[in-house]
Amino acid sequence: MSTVKFPAVLRANVGGAREVEVTGSTIGEVLDGLVGTYPALREQLFTEDGELNRFINVYVNGQDVRYLDGRATAVAETDEVRLLPAMAGGAGWGWEDGIVGLAGGVGGSG
Amino acid sequence: MPKTYPELLREARTEVREVAPAEADALRHRGGIALIDVREASEWDQGYIPGATNVSRSYLEQQIEGAVPDRDTPVVLYCAGGVRSLFAGQALRAMGYTDVASMSGGFQAWKSQGLEWTQPAYLSDQQKQRYSRHLLIPEVGSEGQARLLDSKVLLIGAGGLGSPAALYLAAAGVGTIGIVDFDVVDLSNLQRQVIHTSDRVGEKKTDSARRTLTALNPDVTVVAHEEMLVADNVERLIAGYEVILDGTDTFETRYILNDAAVAAGIPVVHASVFRFEGQLTTFVPYEGPCYRCLYPTPPPPELAPGCSVAGVLGVVPGIMGLLQANEVLKLLLGIGDSLAGRLLLFDALATEFTELRLRRDPACPVCSDEARAAREAGTPLPVAAASDGVFTLGAAR
Repeated sequence: MSTVKFPAVLRANVGGAREVEVTGSTIGEVLDGLVGTYPALREQLFTEDGELNRFINVYVNGQDVRYLDGRATAVAETDEVRLLPAMAGGAGWGWEDGIVGLAGGVGGSG
Repeated sequence: MPKTYPELLREARTEVREVAPAEADALRHRGGIALIDVREASEWDQGYIPGATNVSRSYLEQQIEGAVPDRDTPVVLYCAGGVRSLFAGQALRAMGYTDVASMSGGFQAWKSQGLEWTQPAYLSDQQKQRYSRHLLIPEVGSEGQARLLDSKVLLIGAGGLGSPAALYLAAAGVGTIGIVDFDVVDLSNLQRQVIHTSDRVGEKKTDSARRTLTALNPDVTVVAHEEMLVADNVERLIAGYEVILDGTDTFETRYILNDAAVAAGIPVVHASVFRFEGQLTTFVPYEGPCYRCLYPTPPPPELAPGCSVAGVLGVVPGIMGLLQANEVLKLLLGIGDSLAGRLLLFDALATEFTELRLRRDPACPVCSDEARAAREAGTPLPVAAASDGVFTLGAAR
């Protein structure tokens, strides 16, 4: 069982969990296991072709799996997996208390 | 038996090797030595040898171990005329320094032989007092302080992150602080936007920020950019600034800022916060990844999680904003290791920092070698850009 940690912005997709234990010997298996348990994550994680979306990064022990072996990256029991989606840093997501939507400019501050 | 001054001097000469200024200069250029100026600070202020460290004779025994921790480091001492440095040499030998030399003729001989010397940056008496705790740090000193006073930093937003950062950057003596913000102070801002005050609700944030910062430090010039950062003005807004502190934006402005900052070669110190969590990294063009290396495209709006009022514990932007200010100061001073290529996550509930490794994408449409060459040739590579909030592949600006 490796531990998958979720940033606060993704927790709504996993029933509010800060972290969950998932079985799997590769990142692909871990992510498939996650999506099986939390279907709301599927769209966040994968394209229709099953590729990892470019707006989310997956790290194993702090290293981006894209620069390891991608879905085939081996995951050991004690490894820590983190999912980190792109974050607007401002208004679009309610990061800070921004005041404009995705189409707006910035200058209004958080 | 009491000794006369000439006897003491003779004795020192037999114990401490002397080197001529030309030899000291050769050693200085070869490196691997510690060049110590043992004159008083007031003499140092009149000029010194580049690369030297000032440890005045009166504090030598107290401070030399801090300046030269390894007793086997070759030490060359100098003073004004070559006498005080001889006696200083004796003291260092008594402390166990194995290779100590004194420069004969001192700084006067050095200057008269036309060797290179420099003068410390000018700071007024008031500035010396104000920044005294900086001047005591060898990595800052009067040279670094003068650099800060001469530097220009742009803050995108005078909000939760920008407020603490601006306060400390102004206190540190960053000479020009630009602020891009078109908002006015709201009562709900005051829980964390500590640059503003209750009696300024409804006031322009740039005005409020300027009042606070110039009251804190009159050395600081605050430049208000009371407008939204958009594709049409980004180049003009960031021009002339050395570092950008980015706190608040949408995906659209994030990419606009990233692309323009990479093209202009300006580092961007980014942070964002959400409830009890914060994240921080420094994008240094061509040294570490840029934002597009991490995320070439944003999520579609329907997948952008979160809500418009997520809330944040007030200290979280305070902590992250100060970490941003720390990154800015290091970049301006050219010291330490920046967060380029590293993403720092902070979890206030667990009081936990986590570091993730970020990498440059060799195929990045903005900061790869190919992208840079294409941009410099006037034919930038296409990147995903927003129009009415929808990102599509278009030409980079």
